[in-house]
Amino acid sequence: MNISLFIPCYIDQLYPRVGISVVQILERLGHQVIFHDSLTCCGQPAFNSGFWEETRDVACKVVETLRRADAVVVPSGSCGAMMRVFYPQLFEGRPLEADARSLAMRTFEFSEFLVDQLGVTDLGASFNASVTFHDGCHGLRELNVKSQPRALLEKVTGLNLIEMNDTATCCGFGGSFAVKFPMISTAMGDTKLANARATEAPYIVSNDSSCLMHLQGLIDRQGLPIKTLHLAEVLASR
Amino acid sequence: MTSSKDKFLADSRRVSEDTQARAFRESGLEKYTLARSDKVARYASYESARSAAAAIKYAAINNLAEHLESFTSKLESRGAKVFFASDAARARDYILQVIRENNAKHVIKSKTMTSEEIHLNDALEDMGLEPVESDLGEYIIQLRGEAPYHFVFPAMHLSRRQVSDLFQERLGTHPTDDCEELTMIARRVMRQLYCTADVGVTGANFAISEIGAISITENEGNARLTTSLPRIHIAIVGIEKILPRVTDLAWFLPLLASAGTGQMITCYNTILSGPKRADEPDGPEEMHVVLLDNGRTRLLADAEQRDALHCIRCGACLNVCPIFRNIGGHSYGVTYQGPIGSVITPHYQGLQEFKHLAHASSLCGACTATCPVKIDLHHHLLQLRRDAVNEKPSITETIAMKGFAFLMNHPWLFKFAGKVGRFVSPFAKEAQGTLFDPVPGWTQSREAPQVAPESFREWYARHQKGKR
Repeated sequence: MNISLFIPCYIDQLYPRVGISVVQILERLGHQVIFHDSLTCCGQPAFNSGFWEETRDVACKVVETLRRADAVVVPSGSCGAMMRVFYPQLFEGRPLEADARSLAMRTFEFSEFLVDQLGVTDLGASFNASVTFHDGCHGLRELNVKSQPRALLEKVTGLNLIEMNDTATCCGFGGSFAVKFPMISTAMGDTKLANARATEAPYIVSNDSSCLMHLQGLIDRQGLPIKTLHLAEVLASR
Repeated sequence: MTSSKDKFLADSRRVSEDTQARAFRESGLEKYTLARSDKVARYASYESARSAAAAIKYAAINNLAEHLESFTSKLESRGAKVFFASDAARARDYILQVIRENNAKHVIKSKTMTSEEIHLNDALEDMGLEPVESDLGEYIIQLRGEAPYHFVFPAMHLSRRQVSDLFQERLGTHPTDDCEELTMIARRVMRQLYCTADVGVTGANFAISEIGAISITENEGNARLTTSLPRIHIAIVGIEKILPRVTDLAWFLPLLASAGTGQMITCYNTILSGPKRADEPDGPEEMHVVLLDNGRTRLLADAEQRDALHCIRCGACLNVCPIFRNIGGHSYGVTYQGPIGSVITPHYQGLQEFKHLAHASSLCGACTATCPVKIDLHHHLLQLRRDAVNEKPSITETIAMKGFAFLMNHPWLFKFAGKVGRFVSPFAKEAQGTLFDPVPGWTQSREAPQVAPESFREWYARHQKGKR
């Protein structure tokens, strides 16, 4: 299978560990992973700001470059939702519509790819700690990814998953929302962190680094005794 | 004059910082959440009920003209008068004219959001009348001189103690923490007023085209008294309230109750099909139905977003919305709060003036997931953002977005920017709170992430080389 990896811009520059973990996991499972150096971003920041024309400028390159991939794996529910749910809308009635629809069908969030496409849950990972899991909203409600990360975490030796209250409630990141309405975003993040801390788990794990960037930013500012980790980092640990 | 956006920013900031008020809202909504999940669980398939309701509303809204005609002719054949009001001013004028012609002196109202929408109380007060809200929550906020906090739970922001203090101050009653006693105080006031009122004003939850009747849902019995004791009944009904058949209520009454208040069925559901007939001993002598457009046909013309007219005003989207839960209802500064309000208000009252509501969302989709008639709420917020840009793009944002697209389409530039970021990012902390802070919106409450010493793409290139 020709697996292409789509690494979101902020993972590339801020959290490369996440992408590296994804490559390691897929290679351990015996797959070749192709990363296209020409791709940088799915275009979501412009899309969510209402600039669909500029989004298309970025997205058409993604659609064209990934035309031949059998599967595109994205370690982010948010960018995955952009490509699967919003690209077809973005190109509706335009020449690239068919390609965008085809890409949508071949695009998978990382945990859903492992569980639903490869049929794997046990990656031989071990991680000696309690963790709580935060569902990124785009993964949860646009892509219906909920059981897959939990199935994967369940098979991690030494890991104890403790669900927090209101796990399906947004953490308050929301892209540009976080800087346009910082106090609302922060209030939402504080609520999320209070729920996470009530589990007493030392780690918040999520399949979206963007949520974690926001939560870690709050944690660091407030000096809270809890850390964030991407699901792939946990699954790659031995 | 401060713009709607500036006021929104100031109010939402103030409220979201008030953790005590947040805890109070959360505890109220927690009870709702439990009651709602319990009622949803009693459905053989809640999802099928949602789909059925959405399909019925789709058919109603997409044949609206036909249904409104049928509704009007059937209702008028029984002696009611139906008036089409294209905007708020025309609706107010008609109502004031009815009041003047009948030389009416006292107006009692049951809960109606369309009346809030057209600011009827202000107009009535301007002509020297003292309209009284008979719904308990509405009565409380009327005494406080406030707008509804939530279009289903208008006084949810107030504690029993605050209500008791208010009654003590305004009605001279003794302080009490007892809900029943507080209700009885309001009831004693109301019972007098029902008897003296000559006009009763209500809204309607549904307008049934097949039989030409309105359906009103309530928990206190006040709407029944408002529609039956005064000589004249005026109902202000949004044109989107249409349901094709009377049997459709079999879907909609339980859905409205489950989603709206977590009840199996609301206490009183009344179908009103005209004024008192010759052989009937009581009921109003005149019944007027004001069918209100006020921007709704503009939304109807938008094929992409018209499903927002499916709304049955249950308020479920507010109750699950993390934005509403953190900023409360008054911060929105509009008649309809929460996700549905943020979708319809730009259509009703102007896109440029209210586009900030579409942006004030993390697009989490909890609203869409809960909506009993499956309105694609959070995607409409995205579409409104697009529409606002297409209609009138801001110059600075356009430059920023063109720059973004250029950066992302030129990997060499992206890589170069990453290297610059790597060099600059350790110093970014120094810039926090100064004019040089590139993202003050981020750093006012959060630490900025650091650019990694090696990007993923650099690692990948090294990794591939190592394999060869």
